[in-house]
Amino acid sequence: MYSNRYITIYTLIMTLVVSIVLAFTVTGLKPFHDAAEAIYKKRDILSAIESQLPKKLKDMSDEEVLSLFDSKVEQVVINAEGESLQGISAEKVDMASEEKKPENERKYPLYIYQSEQGKIYLTSVRGNGLWDKIWAYVAIKEDLNTIVGTAFGHVGETPGLGAEIKDNPGFPRQFEGKKILNDQGDYVSVKVVKGGAKDPLHEVDAISGATITSVGVSEMMVRGLEVYLPYLQAQKK
Amino acid sequence: MAETMTKTAVEKEKLEWFGPKERKLITDPLNDDNPVTVQILGVCSALAVTTMLKPALIMAIAVTVVTGFSNLVISLMRNGIPKQIRMIVQLVVIAFLVTVVEQVLKAYSYPVWKQLSVFIGLIITNCIVMGRLEAYAMANPPWRSFLDGLGNGAGYGLILIAVAAIREFFGRGAFMGYKILGATDEFLLNTSKHWWLSWYQPNGLMVIPASAIFLVGIFIWIQRSRNPKLVDVS
Repeated sequence: MYSNRYITIYTLIMTLVVSIVLAFTVTGLKPFHDAAEAIYKKRDILSAIESQLPKKLKDMSDEEVLSLFDSKVEQVVINAEGESLQGISAEKVDMASEEKKPENERKYPLYIYQSEQGKIYLTSVRGNGLWDKIWAYVAIKEDLNTIVGTAFGHVGETPGLGAEIKDNPGFPRQFEGKKILNDQGDYVSVKVVKGGAKDPLHEVDAISGATITSVGVSEMMVRGLEVYLPYLQAQKK
Repeated sequence: MAETMTKTAVEKEKLEWFGPKERKLITDPLNDDNPVTVQILGVCSALAVTTMLKPALIMAIAVTVVTGFSNLVISLMRNGIPKQIRMIVQLVVIAFLVTVVEQVLKAYSYPVWKQLSVFIGLIITNCIVMGRLEAYAMANPPWRSFLDGLGNGAGYGLILIAVAAIREFFGRGAFMGYKILGATDEFLLNTSKHWWLSWYQPNGLMVIPASAIFLVGIFIWIQRSRNPKLVDVS
């Protein structure tokens, strides 16, 4: 049997050693974490316009991604009225915390990619899935109407069902070539419908077995893109 | 006199690097003493991370590293650990190692960390780690404990990889993320043009965790019926 004194001192020393070592590990690795996170986010954004990139994203090294992002991508932050704000870069805007603000105070990040065929506007939208948040980067062509690509993400949708929005490359690819405005120039966005899309320009097929996630994507596409409209309309003139 | 003789004989037993006993520490958990199918430890995480092969592989490596090193550390500390709080000490060591593994993964392999995030934390609660500390490391020298940890991690990983390979193949028609069976995204884009790709319908049951418990059960059944050492006498 060990005395209480021994046990107390043992515990104290153990906790102290462990916490000091852990604190040093975490602070020491912090710059690496931040760098890795930034690259991950940039890859995520660029994956929406993979078809427009000079190389496949998978074959690009981290340095190439960073230099491509620095040279070709312009970062804009817009407010709820659609005016671009000065002195802040889109990377710094955190969609999750913006969501908690009242609607007219929110800021929205916009990335403008300079491709050979003209500018591509990369909008960032966020909505609710079945279990948690879902989000997407939606790339819109210079005509401010046609979607060139999307990249979806989610916190915790069911693998094989809701998570297919990200895992199944067929789902985001359905959005390519869809239009957000109808013939009259009114905003309709793209809807996700069950039982087969009928409108070739404004509808895509839902994922079977993932009704709520599909409805969430549909709502997100309508509400999320709407806030970018004033800014995009202003670009037209 | 005879008693002292045997005692010194035990004490003088050579601690080799890779003697037959040491080799057995590695090979035993792979079959006769497998942590999942024989000791029935760590089943929970075996259900969670085995939908696809790649995360299962990384999980297997992470658990092997943690079991190996926590066994080593606890074995080095074993003579000083107060009996009353030994479990807490073990838990602190495990939690410490898991946090270090997680931080290193996050820094150098961010996408993988993202994919595994919750499950890495759950290594702490993996009963294999603590089970081996209690059953082996508390009473054995460091090098052997380390090998025992590695062996048990590998035995766990073996089951994990086998389950994951089967689940990914039948549940997604893929291997390591490469589609080899059933509908590809070409098919999803144009159902009529690529109709021949649809002959295999991925089995949805294989994607949900319940399938893993069936698979583990089948493994246990096969192993018990083929391995004479495991035949239940009763």
